Amino acid sequence: MNDIRGYIRKNGSVGIRNHILVLPTVSCVNGVVNRIGREVPEAICAPHAHGCGRGGPRDVEILFRILSGLVHHPNVGGVVLIGLGCEVSNTTWLLPLINDSGKPIEVFNVQTDGGSIETSRKGIAAARRMLAEIGSQQRVNVSWDKILIAMECGGSDAMSGITANVAIGAVSDWLVKKGATVIFGENTEMIGTTHVLTRRAKNEQVAGQIEQMIAHAEKLTQDVMGELASLVISPGNMDGGMSTIAEKSMGCIFKGGTTTINQVVDYGQAPSEHGLILQDGPGYDGDSMAGLAASGSQLMFFSTGRGNPVSFPAMPVIKVASNTRIYKAMKDDMDVNAGVLAEGQQLNQLRDQMIDLMIRVINGENTKAEVNGMDVLTFMTVHPPF
Amino acid sequence: MKNNALIIHPRDNVAVALTALTSGSMVTTNGIEAFTTLDEIPISHKIALRNISIGEEIIKYGETVAVSTQMIKKGQWVHTHNLESKRWKK
Repeated sequence: MNDIRGYIRKNGSVGIRNHILVLPTVSCVNGVVNRIGREVPEAICAPHAHGCGRGGPRDVEILFRILSGLVHHPNVGGVVLIGLGCEVSNTTWLLPLINDSGKPIEVFNVQTDGGSIETSRKGIAAARRMLAEIGSQQRVNVSWDKILIAMECGGSDAMSGITANVAIGAVSDWLVKKGATVIFGENTEMIGTTHVLTRRAKNEQVAGQIEQMIAHAEKLTQDVMGELASLVISPGNMDGGMSTIAEKSMGCIFKGGTTTINQVVDYGQAPSEHGLILQDGPGYDGDSMAGLAASGSQLMFFSTGRGNPVSFPAMPVIKVASNTRIYKAMKDDMDVNAGVLAEGQQLNQLRDQMIDLMIRVINGENTKAEVNGMDVLTFMTVHPPF
Repeated sequence: MKNNALIIHPRDNVAVALTALTSGSMVTTNGIEAFTTLDEIPISHKIALRNISIGEEIIKYGETVAVSTQMIKKGQWVHTHNLESKRWKK
């Protein structure tokens, strides 16, 4: 009953969706992408606000890693890439990073393909061609070791660390036991848990990377926020029953479960190990989701107590409400109500229901966020624009 | 009996109140533990599952999240008044 079926890509990765992605290299051509999306609503369009204006090596590295990561994303069966011509992430520089993907990619540039209307026309035709081309691909049985699932929390409340993240953590442990890979990031929300995470590291090297990652996140928080850095544990958190930063962060990292940490990867980087993986990425939901998606996560669990409906292009997101009130208030956005844990339901029961749902979603059932079209693509930058 | 508190990990020496509890309430967790609160416990706050001595670690999520600064009795409220951060001393 735990059988899962997906689309096997030429590079061996497994998609749980078979989407055509229409991706701009730079925000200047979002209008072209949106126009293609209106004409070809079956395609996944991912406009964004990036692509140029930031020249620092770290920002350029992230820009190319995220864009190429999304092209490589296993849920994407084909890509219509819309460039401009003069941007940093121009298609000439991007192509060498993506031409090993083994999937159909068609590239158009507004400056050399006849302007925005003509480029839109070409993009629409390409998207339709690709949809027809991949339409005959069938799902086949795949093994759990091809599955990478991301765990995220956003819009948290005092119950998030008690109900939703505990339930998600139980699913994480189940996945790791199955041979799958689980990844989570949000380094600012690991502050105070160095002693816990390093002890669970596979070896000294991984422990050292964890220590460095959290120390860096803490220093950055202090550098940017100054005296306000202490607000990472705020009076509101304390009113919610969290007494220390370690306790608050435990509630966050518990969504990754309790298994050995096998690898730390950089923001947007794909893991080479299985089991539990940490990503050195920020806490902000949109940026974190992009990093985890670019790493190749086919699916995400997202816990929320205040009710964040956001989702991500081509990566289904399962929304887990931490309390029954927000589950009911945002019924069309929430897939799971972990608030039942506060009403007497046993953790094992909820975990099993979430695993059932996860398997149905892997096999093609739409999540609420997929139906609602709440996708956003934004990602981390470290310097201001020029 | 319906649970009104949650033990997140078997190693924990605190439970989390799933509803606001008055002093003297019967605590039910996973249908197993049954004892009486000695303090008023706000929702999502911690309750001592056993007697905790001074300097003992407070375990939640199966991990050390704080150290007690007072003798805490089973059923008492556990919060900033009777613990301190092991890491960032007040």
